[in-house]
Amino acid sequence: MVSSLGKDLVGIEDLTAQQILSILNTAEPFKEISERRIKKVPVLRGKTIVNLFLEPSTRTRISFEFAEKRLSADTVNINATGSSVVKGETLVDTARNLEAMRIDMVVIRHGSSGAARFLAERIPSNVINAGDGAHEHPTQALLDLLTIRDQKGKIEGLKVCIIGDILHSRVARSNIFGLLKLDAEVGVCGPMTLLPQGIEVLGVKVFRRVEEAIEWADVLNVLRLQLERMKSGFIPSLREYNRFYGVSTARLERAPRDLLVLHPGPMNRGVEIDSAVADGPHSVILKQVTNGVAIRMAVLYLLAGGAPELAEAAKQGGEGEVP
Amino acid sequence: MTASGPVTLLDQKAVERVLARMAREIVERNDGVRGLVLLGIQRRGVELASRLRAAIEKEEGAKLATGALDITFYRDDLGVVGPRPVVGESSLPMEGVDDRTVVIVDDVLFTGRTARAALNELMDWGRPSRILLCVLVDRGGRELPIQPDIVGRKVNALPTQRVDVRVPEVDGRLAVELSPLTPAAE
Repeated sequence: MVSSLGKDLVGIEDLTAQQILSILNTAEPFKEISERRIKKVPVLRGKTIVNLFLEPSTRTRISFEFAEKRLSADTVNINATGSSVVKGETLVDTARNLEAMRIDMVVIRHGSSGAARFLAERIPSNVINAGDGAHEHPTQALLDLLTIRDQKGKIEGLKVCIIGDILHSRVARSNIFGLLKLDAEVGVCGPMTLLPQGIEVLGVKVFRRVEEAIEWADVLNVLRLQLERMKSGFIPSLREYNRFYGVSTARLERAPRDLLVLHPGPMNRGVEIDSAVADGPHSVILKQVTNGVAIRMAVLYLLAGGAPELAEAAKQGGEGEVP
Repeated sequence: MTASGPVTLLDQKAVERVLARMAREIVERNDGVRGLVLLGIQRRGVELASRLRAAIEKEEGAKLATGALDITFYRDDLGVVGPRPVVGESSLPMEGVDDRTVVIVDDVLFTGRTARAALNELMDWGRPSRILLCVLVDRGGRELPIQPDIVGRKVNALPTQRVDVRVPEVDGRLAVELSPLTPAAE
C-alpha cells in the first residue's frame, strides 16, 4: 500500500503512478491533524530539517515549515540574502557544511534547473525539491492533484488545461507529468511565445485560444504570469494578455461543464485571473493552500520512513499490535 | 504446531459471549454510562468498540459517545520499519475527551507499545478524567509496564505464534485465531 519514494523527491517525472497515489493517500489522514486543537504529532521528533530557500518564496516555504512543525521536526531556515551564499559559497559547500552539523533532510528552492538533483546526488540527507528553475515543483503538482481528486472524486479521464506561461513554469511541467501518469487528459493554452516548441510530444493538447480551452476542460490550472515576462518581450502588455488569456467570469459562463479553477499563487488579479473568478464558486485556490500542508507532511513522512520493504516484512508478523 | 493453518481459540459464539461480559464490565467500572467514551484503535479495535457500544446502548438505553484512534503517527518505530499505510483517521466524539472516562478498545494486547502510543495521542487531545484499557485478547509478552483493565480472554501465546482477532467488517468472520508466525517476520 505504501510505495517507496527512495531517498529524495526531485521531480514527478521520476515517480510511478503507484508512488503518486501513495503520496495522495498518505496525505488524507494528515489533513485531519491540522484541524486538531493541538496540531502536532510526534512522527519526526528529533529530525532536523533545513529549508534552503535560495530563491524568494512565501507560500511554499511557510507550507513546508508548518508541515515540518506539525510533525515535530526541528527546522532551520536559510535564505539567499544574509547567508554565506551571497559571499560566493557553492551549493555543495553549503550543503556539506550543513551535513557536518548532522541534519536529516534538506528542502531546497533554487533558481537553477537541476539544482535539487545535483544536491541529492551529493549528500546522504533526504532532499526535497521545493522548486528548481524551470524544471519541477513536485509538491505543488501533488497538492494540485489532491485538490482535483477531492473535488472531482477522481483524476483519471479528467480534462485538465494549464493556462499561461508554460515555457518558464516548473509548476506546469510537474503537473503535466503527474496528470498524464494518472491518466488525465492534459491541455495547455497560452501565447505562442510562452509555449515550448514541440510540447505536443509529451502527449498534451495545445490550445491557441482560451475560449477553446474552457470549452474542452473540466479543470483549469491558471498559472501566474511573471510580470518580468513583459519586459523581456514575451508578451506585448499585461492588458493585452488579460484580454486574450485572462480567465474571467464572462468566459467561464460559456463553459459547458462545471469548471474547477486552480491557481498556484501568488495571483496577479486582473492579469491571468479576474477577482470575480478567484473569489468565485469555481475557485479552489485556498483549498490548494490547505492541501499543500497535508501533501508536504505526507512527503516528509514517507521519505523519513526510509525502507518500506522492511515495513512490509514487519507487517506480516504484526499481531494487531506494534511488534 | 505442525499444521500451518490457524487454530480457532474463540468462535463467533464465544467472542459474542465475551464481548457481552466486557460491555457489562465497562458499565460497572464506570458506575453507569455517564461521561463514558469508547475509543477503538484502528482497525479492528474500532469494530470491537462499535460492538461494545451496541451492547451497552441496548442494555442501558442511552446513547454512547464513540471515536477512533489511529496511532500510526505516534509509533516509536518509524525509523526502524519505515512508514506504514495509515488505515484510518482518528476521530473524536463531538464533546471531546476532557473530564470523561475514556475506554481504549483494542483487539490484541501484546508488547503494550500500541497502548503507549494511544495514551500519548489521547493526551494530545485533551485531559480525560480517567482512561481504561479494554482488550479482547491479552496474549502476554509485554515490553512496557502497561496492563489492561478489562480483558476478554487471556491467552499464553509463544513468541513464535501470532494471535489474530477476526471481525466481519474486515475479515468476514468473528473469531480469535492462533497461528504460527510467518517466516517473513523473523
